Amino acid sequence: MASSVLRLLKQSLIVFRKDFQLEFRTRYALNAIALFAVTTLTVISFSIGPTRLNSTVLAPLLWIVLFFSAISGLAHVFVREEEQQTADTLRLVVPPTAVLLGKWFFNVALLIGLEIIVLPLFFIMMNARVESLDILLAVVFFGGLALASVATIIAAIIAISGSRGALFAVLSFPIALPVLLSAIHSTQLALEGAAFIDCLDDLRVLFSFNVVIVTTAIMVFEFVWRK
Amino acid sequence: MKIVVENIEKKFRYHSVLKDVNFELQSPGSLVITGSNGSGKTTLVKILCGLLSPTKGKVRLIKNGNEIPAAEQRFHFGLVGPYLQLYKDLTAWENLLFFAKVRGTQPDIDRLKNLIESVGLKGREHEELKNYSSGMLQRVKYLTAIYHEPEILVLDEPTSNLDEAGKNFVRQTIAAQSEKGMVIIATNEPEEVALGKQRVEIA
Repeated sequence: MASSVLRLLKQSLIVFRKDFQLEFRTRYALNAIALFAVTTLTVISFSIGPTRLNSTVLAPLLWIVLFFSAISGLAHVFVREEEQQTADTLRLVVPPTAVLLGKWFFNVALLIGLEIIVLPLFFIMMNARVESLDILLAVVFFGGLALASVATIIAAIIAISGSRGALFAVLSFPIALPVLLSAIHSTQLALEGAAFIDCLDDLRVLFSFNVVIVTTAIMVFEFVWRK
Repeated sequence: MKIVVENIEKKFRYHSVLKDVNFELQSPGSLVITGSNGSGKTTLVKILCGLLSPTKGKVRLIKNGNEIPAAEQRFHFGLVGPYLQLYKDLTAWENLLFFAKVRGTQPDIDRLKNLIESVGLKGREHEELKNYSSGMLQRVKYLTAIYHEPEILVLDEPTSNLDEAGKNFVRQTIAAQSEKGMVIIATNEPEEVALGKQRVEIA
């Protein structure tokens, strides 16, 4: 049992490494995400001018930028396999769970990378201050993880359909809604200087959401992945 | 090892492609699947390798009297087919390493170098596959399919895009595989049909 789990993890890491190598070489997803994030931030920054926005506006703005940036790039991890006809090759050599975990690791890494770029830019361009950095880091970590989880399983589903781009946003939004609501609420608390204990309920929601979505994804992926 | 194909039927919506396909192949041995264009050779190949589910029927792999579970069957195959692509943004070397590692085999650098040399790609192995010709790509596909020494090698249109040297490599590979395991070839080329000891014709 332990050796088969270890083998599965090893195979997932090999898939992750391959995707990372491909992305590093082509930069398809990275460019799409970074371009969307920077463009949106610039537009918002010019629109508001020197006005300082309050936390009720800033928190949703941050998550809108993160959510739509993620949407613009995270589906690529499965779409590329179908478009380049490598999906069947992968089906033949890697167990479905290892494919899913490998792609999930890749999307998590990509989203954390996006957050590292977007967060400082956002607070500089919006001229905003974070009062509780611990809350912000926790919510960004768990929220990002949840977004990557949603994006990965939806990407697997839409990759085999014809109208990929439209479907991805349409399917991701309702599933990611609980994540966005909790993340926005906690981000508001972080901007207002609340104590860490005040955001524990939101963090619990985000953590539970992650557990549920990853477990469900592992259970259903084999049926999605197999033709 | 034995492969048993029982009453395979495949329908795509209302269009029936395969109907009542039955055969058995024992290791060591070779089998050729023939049939006109659109008869379902590729569909059958994909079903054998676990890439498609049959509408009816079953593919059984029996090793030492024990049936291998359906979910694990595909790992006993090596497949070369025009619809099976490699990562064109990676080099041939990177592709070979990826497939060797992900299949759980320890990459043997000397063996990999020898294989690359045997298909005439020495000196080009560190180029990205997008710069390769279709014949060169076909050779790399062969290497990824045979490196893990599969018990069953399945070849769909085995010599397409290959020059005479490439065809010789394929013939040698088929001869070697049919002595130690099984080879299943889907083709209509008379030269390739002669390479199999058993023959299954699908209508």
